[in-house]
Amino acid sequence: MLGLLHSLEIAVGATIVGLLIGICGAYGKLYGGPVVRDLLAVYTTVVRAVPELVLILLLYYAGTDLINQVLTAIGYQRVDISGLVAGIAVLGFCQGAYSTEVMRGAILAIPQGQIEAARAFGMSPGLLLRRITLPAMLPFAIPGLANLWLIATKDTALLAVVGFFELTLATRQAAGVTKAYLIFYLAAGVLYLAVTLFSNFLLGRAEKWARRGMPSVKEAR
Amino acid sequence: MAGEAAIINTAARASLWLQPHRIVLILIALGLVLSAAFFMRWDWLPQYWEMGLMGIWRALWILAVTCALGFLIAVPVGLAQAAGSIWVAAPAKVFCTIIRGTPLLLQLWLLYYGLGSLFPQYPWIRDSWMWPYLRQAWPYGVLALTLSFAGYEGEVMRGAFAGVPKGQLEAARAFGMSRWKILRRIWLPQAFYRALPTLTGETVLQLKSTPLVATISVIDIFAVAGKVRQDTYLTYEPLLLLALIYMAITGILVLALSRIEARIPVKVG
Repeated sequence: MLGLLHSLEIAVGATIVGLLIGICGAYGKLYGGPVVRDLLAVYTTVVRAVPELVLILLLYYAGTDLINQVLTAIGYQRVDISGLVAGIAVLGFCQGAYSTEVMRGAILAIPQGQIEAARAFGMSPGLLLRRITLPAMLPFAIPGLANLWLIATKDTALLAVVGFFELTLATRQAAGVTKAYLIFYLAAGVLYLAVTLFSNFLLGRAEKWARRGMPSVKEAR
Repeated sequence: MAGEAAIINTAARASLWLQPHRIVLILIALGLVLSAAFFMRWDWLPQYWEMGLMGIWRALWILAVTCALGFLIAVPVGLAQAAGSIWVAAPAKVFCTIIRGTPLLLQLWLLYYGLGSLFPQYPWIRDSWMWPYLRQAWPYGVLALTLSFAGYEGEVMRGAFAGVPKGQLEAARAFGMSRWKILRRIWLPQAFYRALPTLTGETVLQLKSTPLVATISVIDIFAVAGKVRQDTYLTYEPLLLLALIYMAITGILVLALSRIEARIPVKVG
């Protein structure tokens, strides 16, 4: 049960980090200079082409090592980065690439007139982002982001490979101790499934709420 | 004349693509790659060269087999959900939900450690011809990856089957085709064309999930990289090379699949 809690913590954290990266990345890709745009293109392509497991290994070991080396180089003491923080950072980095693409598509789907109108009112870019772009893109982005959240919950299982104590690793240890492999793995599967179905329900509600006032998908066709 | 125009056109496109900042970025990237090649240790490469090739071959083999088998399962699963009565549609739906709702790593471990630990308890399984296969790890890996591909792809095929225009099927029926013939000649090809772009994406996703079989002791390229790391105590080099290999495979795969996609007539329905 502690494993499930850890899994959920990481999934939530990674999704939030991913969303932040996604918003910044989408803005950079759409409005940034040529260098920023190219760098972001490289980032999203590389992260989406390399398996998550390899990325997790690379960032989990290399990332923590690199931070420690930098810290010792500039004269600080080594810090012990907890698995939780490292896991959130690594998965968030992976999620960021995917959510960048989702957000970019969603921002492009906003009718151009709305943004132009906001500019004509003299809104500052920050206000424009907060009041117009983010709310207006929400209905377009929620299906893609919902998928990302489900992927994030399932990707937490990969952290078991680097030895972080979450649901899958907890299951493996419990199964190894009690020798009741099948029962424990089935139970863990049911837990994951419950999380997925429950969040499906919530996300369906959220999408309905974000879409309020817009023509329904069936009528629009 | 046409050839000249084409050459000018590609040259113009190249100059558009090769803007100054891009050249600088490419130079920086080249510098990074070169410094990685010179300042890191690569002397272990010749020793593990053959093993790595074996690993790549095995990963590609698993990818091909699981995609083919998974697609074969996905067609009936999708058809059952799109057209079947509730008695067929409900199990297919439950199958898709379960596969898509649990992590692949868990499914893999469930099959390998869970199911695999049950088999030796029954003497008649140990005596049967299947036992030499059941003792190894790769059948479980292939089974788990096939089922997962079938689960995700079944959902895609459901949408594709449902997306074929009704008029096509009605016309086929009006021609007096049998139901099997309609499926073979009209419904399945059109659904396949519709699903093809998604299939490309799913195949790449499947490639990215093949390293998971390394956790149940199948020696693919990922496991080879792990072995190099254990033997030489190097952290970064094998992983960086591994990432590069996967990127190359992904690139080739996407290119090949987009070739196939381009051959298919775009206007369906």
